[in-house]
Amino acid sequence: MDATAAKLIGAGLATLPLFGAGIGIGNVFGSYLTGALRNPSAAASQQTNLLLGFALCEATGLFGLVVSFVMLFGF
Amino acid sequence: MAAGHSPMAQFEIHTLVPLSIGGYDVSFTNSSLWMFLAVTIGSAFLLLSVKRDGIIPGRMQSVVEVMHDFIMNQTVLPVMGDSGRKFFPFVFSLFIFIFFTNFLGLVPYSFTVTSHIIVTFVLALLVFAVVLCVGFWTHGLHFLSLFVPSSAPKWILPVIVPIEIISFLSRPISLSVRLAANMLAGHTMLKVFAGFVVSLLGAGGVLSALSIAPLFAGVAVTALEVLVAAIQAWVFAMLTCIYLNEAVHLHDDH
Repeated sequence: MDATAAKLIGAGLATLPLFGAGIGIGNVFGSYLTGALRNPSAAASQQTNLLLGFALCEATGLFGLVVSFVMLFGF
Repeated sequence: MAAGHSPMAQFEIHTLVPLSIGGYDVSFTNSSLWMFLAVTIGSAFLLLSVKRDGIIPGRMQSVVEVMHDFIMNQTVLPVMGDSGRKFFPFVFSLFIFIFFTNFLGLVPYSFTVTSHIIVTFVLALLVFAVVLCVGFWTHGLHFLSLFVPSSAPKWILPVIVPIEIISFLSRPISLSVRLAANMLAGHTMLKVFAGFVVSLLGAGGVLSALSIAPLFAGVAVTALEVLVAAIQAWVFAMLTCIYLNEAVHLHDDH
């Protein structure tokens, strides 16, 4: 296989972390809503934890972006 | 899209004032310029706002007080307890620097310093070094027990300890890549949508009218980026607190 083609395929495959990031972010907000609807009075106090969880999840997807950039521009 | 207008062109570093010391290129670049601006504007904002030092805060002073309260009472104290007070200046400085570089990067035609991994990596290495120094300073060699979870059974330790060491060593990487990748991805996305607007306008006819759609998407992405810029600055401060807390208290909660 041509080296450039392999590079492009690899960079495309490096978007797969979005599976996990999508599941994770959905899980974070879904669980928050479940908890918040069960006990609305405690919801406001957990908003910082919600944002922290969201940011940490989102970052795992972006690690994939960095991998694909390293493949495209690093080699 | 013409060459030179690629979504990645915004991250290029241009030399503004060429400088060289002992063969090393230490030129004043656009990255240095925006770092300098962030520090200047951040310091001026904080200093001038509290200059009047009123008991009843003015508009500017209450903004500073909200930021101070947010980092002190919502971030440092809940994570580290009372012993976190002496680390507050460090965490707050990190937060303000990242906050202002992120937000200055959102200004059109500006440069986002934190989109470069080398900048965020130096910040993360600073945190890593402070954690190591604080840990060894407070606990001596006992600090190494951080890698041995007290609740784990003995026979599993040969597996757990290397994993703990690797996860400890990968902290500066994950901390820096998280911030840089967030800023990089957001700003690339902005420019991609902006590129759609230009291409559709250039296509003429019905397609020109359609260019309104990516324009609105661009506005929405800008709003998301304002949120991300603030959250990521705070996440960096929060994780710094969590790491410092481990170094101060080892495994026991505060």
